[in-house]
Amino acid sequence: MNTVWSERLKRNSLGWGLLLPSLLILGLFTYYPIFKTTWLSLFRMDLSTPVPVFNGLGNYAALLEDPVFLKVFINNIWFGLGTVPTSMALAFVMALFADKAIRGKGFIRVAYFYPNMIPMIAVANIWLFLYTPKFGLLAHVASWFSEQEVSLLGQPGTVMGALIVMIIWKEAGYFMLFYLAALQQIPKDLYESASVDGVGMWKVLWRITIPLTMPTSLFVAIVAITNAFKLVDHLWIMTKGGPDNASSLLLYYIYETAFSYNDQGMGAAMTVVLVILLLIVSSLQFFGWDRKIHYE
Amino acid sequence: MYILGLLWLIPMAWVVWTAFRPKDAALGFHWSLEWTLDNFITVWQEAPFGQYYLTTLILTGGVLCVQLLSLTLAAYAFARVRFAGRDLVFILFLVQIMVPPDVLIFSNYHVLKELGLLDTKLGVMLPYFASSFGIFLLRQAFKQLPYELEEAARVEGCSRLGLLWRIYVPLSRPVYLSFAVVSFSYHWNNFLWPLVVTNSVENRPLTVGLALFAKSTESGGQWTEVCAATLLVVAPIFIGFLIFQRQFISSFMHSGIKG
Repeated sequence: MNTVWSERLKRNSLGWGLLLPSLLILGLFTYYPIFKTTWLSLFRMDLSTPVPVFNGLGNYAALLEDPVFLKVFINNIWFGLGTVPTSMALAFVMALFADKAIRGKGFIRVAYFYPNMIPMIAVANIWLFLYTPKFGLLAHVASWFSEQEVSLLGQPGTVMGALIVMIIWKEAGYFMLFYLAALQQIPKDLYESASVDGVGMWKVLWRITIPLTMPTSLFVAIVAITNAFKLVDHLWIMTKGGPDNASSLLLYYIYETAFSYNDQGMGAAMTVVLVILLLIVSSLQFFGWDRKIHYE
Repeated sequence: MYILGLLWLIPMAWVVWTAFRPKDAALGFHWSLEWTLDNFITVWQEAPFGQYYLTTLILTGGVLCVQLLSLTLAAYAFARVRFAGRDLVFILFLVQIMVPPDVLIFSNYHVLKELGLLDTKLGVMLPYFASSFGIFLLRQAFKQLPYELEEAARVEGCSRLGLLWRIYVPLSRPVYLSFAVVSFSYHWNNFLWPLVVTNSVENRPLTVGLALFAKSTESGGQWTEVCAATLLVVAPIFIGFLIFQRQFISSFMHSGIKG
């Protein structure tokens, strides 16, 4: 009896001991910050209130009335709607190409994937240069057609579209890899028997390829949606969220509120909103949804 | 499909082209074949890119080394040690994948302030020393190794840590490599967190340096230099990618399937 207990104790302390280093870091930089932010979000803490005042859910109520927050939130939704389905569809097509390509397979993959290896800040510089009036590539091209100067990033109506195109350029190749992996896992004999039966290409795509890559689509969708809330580096270089907040996104607004306006209570409240959003989106993957699609 | 590939290459090609062009030739509309290295020389003299390189190497390398150690231990615990509360902690670890440290910039900044580590290299690295993503990746690999190996080694009198080091680590080399590639490129490219944490030149990585450089040349006339600077920052990882593209691509593929 005693040896069982000492064995169990040994096992438990070994397990927890091995986890200790990781737990310590996660505790300091994930759990503790989440709790602390939640707590801070209940206080008024900005430049005009030197001593924090308990505010209950006041910050959240204020968020609902803050036109900039609402605008940024809606921007983020548009940004997601603009980037996620398009880059996924493109990634799928790219994967079909890259999988089938007989000649230049390596070239195709590199060409599609390389934007992902470039830091977002460098991507921002590159595209800022493409978009820039007078000197940019697009300005050159546009000058063949019209005399008028185009400034895509300078107008509230076009800035979001311009950024969405850039993000699709960066992300599609990354998502392509997941589809490539999925395509390679589809058993070859399925395709063989389909071709023996004389089933057409579109039908094969529709009946075999797309259903069998469903789990991957789900995974990619989750990654893409969470990314849509995390990608902000480019705003720092390209637009600073402007003009007139037309291109600002949630995380960037948090960064500005917390570090430029020093409004800590509001920054905390917005962080909580973002964290809850991310938790909801990603738990869809981990609980339930995933399994249903797998074994349908 | 080749057209799409070419289309994808245009932005980069345009930047490379501009970076090597003399200033007035690049910004004018006439075509010529002049080229020059002046832009790179100016950039190298105007901003401490050498220092940035060194810092970035230290940061990415440092994070990776500690990560490899911490995630080996944790992955082994999750894969092969049956301890109380394992499933619960496992879920707790998932939270980091859903809410990565970057999202918590504001609160992590305060944690770092309380620790007195603002504007230090350690401060930039610390939040990333544990990686749930890496732990899950490695746990999967460890689980796939036959348990008989472990039993045999223990009969021979090998300690648990000994067999972790002699059996699990060497047999999981490909997974370590995948993780290293993904982690290295992530931290080489990381921006927001180092931007928030650092104030001094010697702690700044390339990405922040590049951003500040680009900001300092507000007038449109310096595009050739900005392009050159961008290339300087992109070059190492980009060349690495071109040489080892097969490994890079399969690393990213690998890490996705298992995620």
